[in-house]
Amino acid sequence: MACIEARGLRKAFGTTVALDGINLRVEEGRILGLIGPNGAGKTTALNAILGLTPYQGELRVLGRDPWSERDQLMRDVCFISDVAVLPRWIRVSQALEYVAGVHPRFDRAKAESFLAKTTIKHASKVRELSKGMVTQLHLALVMAIDARLLVLDEPTLGLDILYRKHFYDSLLNDYFDRNRTIVVATHQVDEIQHVLTDVMFIEGGRIVFNRSMEELESRYLEVMVNPERLAAGRALKPIYERQVFGRSVLLFDSVDRQQLTALGEVRKPSIADLFVAVMGNQAGAAQRAAI
Amino acid sequence: MKTESNAGPKSYSGALGMARVIAVTRPMYWSLRREFWENRSIYVAPLAAAAVFLFGFLISMINLRHRMHGSEALDTTQHGHVLAVPYEFVAALIMGTAFIVGIFYSLDALYGERRDRSILFWKSLPVSDLTAVLSKLIVPVLILPLLSFVITVAAQLIMLLLSSAVLMGSGLNVARLWTDVPFIHMAEVLFNHLLTVHGLWYAPIYGWLLLVSAWAPRAPFIWAFLPPFVIYVVEKIAFNTSHFLHLLQYRLTGPEASALMAPGSTLMDQMAALGPAQFFSTPGLWLGLAIAAIFVASAIRLRRYGGPI
Repeated sequence: MACIEARGLRKAFGTTVALDGINLRVEEGRILGLIGPNGAGKTTALNAILGLTPYQGELRVLGRDPWSERDQLMRDVCFISDVAVLPRWIRVSQALEYVAGVHPRFDRAKAESFLAKTTIKHASKVRELSKGMVTQLHLALVMAIDARLLVLDEPTLGLDILYRKHFYDSLLNDYFDRNRTIVVATHQVDEIQHVLTDVMFIEGGRIVFNRSMEELESRYLEVMVNPERLAAGRALKPIYERQVFGRSVLLFDSVDRQQLTALGEVRKPSIADLFVAVMGNQAGAAQRAAI
Repeated sequence: MKTESNAGPKSYSGALGMARVIAVTRPMYWSLRREFWENRSIYVAPLAAAAVFLFGFLISMINLRHRMHGSEALDTTQHGHVLAVPYEFVAALIMGTAFIVGIFYSLDALYGERRDRSILFWKSLPVSDLTAVLSKLIVPVLILPLLSFVITVAAQLIMLLLSSAVLMGSGLNVARLWTDVPFIHMAEVLFNHLLTVHGLWYAPIYGWLLLVSAWAPRAPFIWAFLPPFVIYVVEKIAFNTSHFLHLLQYRLTGPEASALMAPGSTLMDQMAALGPAQFFSTPGLWLGLAIAAIFVASAIRLRRYGGPI
């Protein structure tokens, strides 16, 4: 069974279309990165999946309708929506007690052992913790819940690089077990590259790119072309071209590696490179359409 | 669920029922505990009121002997009334404090979590909006009245012991204090009053405040008090009547106010005048409860189906 399945998912706020007929299918055991610029519709899509906002179209999460069956769904779904949502007045010990009290799938010992690796004290209130510590606490709570789907919306916003790296490492090493599904929305693309199994670019309420990481690695290649081979390179129909230190870098989709090696230095593009290429083409297409 | 699969075939239905009960009561229990963690004023304010009163009472003890002497001349009933005054006063003080705490608590209960965005954390856990809002209603209509009762009785006991100690020291008749002030009766009347009036009669007030708290984009205090005021002003200008104001007054002063009071009767007499049978046959009670149910149901819907923030 697919963990998340959407067909023609639409959501408009007045005249602003936030989701413009999205179709998507996320199988269980995947880690999906939902990547897009601000205002692309990431948060709206996640809110619909979490039953926090009504929508048009068809959407099933773990076989349930998230809007009408939200209460049941929340036993199997967990989310961190932003860094600042833990109540500021709560003590660390109270947060542990409360989640242990209300969540039948919460393993307190697991949360404690995760917290033991941090400098967070049980007696501290959330308002006394630094931003990074609050995120660590929230992650400790969420990781100790045996949920089938974990949704993270910009979980590391405003954190420094050490915390961000630590966050994703913990997620991968201590939480993910191939049965769970994780959906991460972010625009800090590079740090989550090694974590993901699937990647999806969203722009203007539409999914403009949707590939598994295996596909991504086998299909896309980037070449820093020697100037004299530029015409030959362009003849192979690159999907994107950019300038680095005065030299052209061409991005190819499904072109034989040996052919490309003749052009210059070949490497695998990062998600960020692909994102820029896809978004650049989108913007180009929009401009051409406008003219 | 694990508990179900482990249970044998005989105990299966029993275990299932038990699991259901736990599934309902556990989130409610923890939601209530959560309210105590967040709003310590629920118990701190009535305790502080009791402490302040006891401090004043301690000082007044110096005068107690004179009062006892002065009241020797009075007959037993009057004597009891004079002595009972501070005991009634402490009850009224704690009750009033709890009422004010309840009002501010209800106004902030569903607004505060939206303001600090922690509502997204609460909604990420398997606690339904029904449980969340009901727990926030239970605090002013049940927890606060029960708490004020316990604190009041404790304060009265302390006062009684203090008075006895002072009287004994001066060789006066302690027994009169214990026999003439009707403590058990007062506690009984207070308990009934707190549960019926503060719990049921005031329910529409708390329901309204919770609704405003769930809806107000900002400044719930103004949104709570402005509409009644506007209705009053419009009615006054349009029809030159004050029915709405009288309705609010009736709601605030309680159903007892309508009972005819003998001159010179005390607060306790007034509270005792309305028996349970009479209280539960007041149409205003049921009308109020129906309105409270509508308000609370709307608050639940707003929390459930409103935007994420």
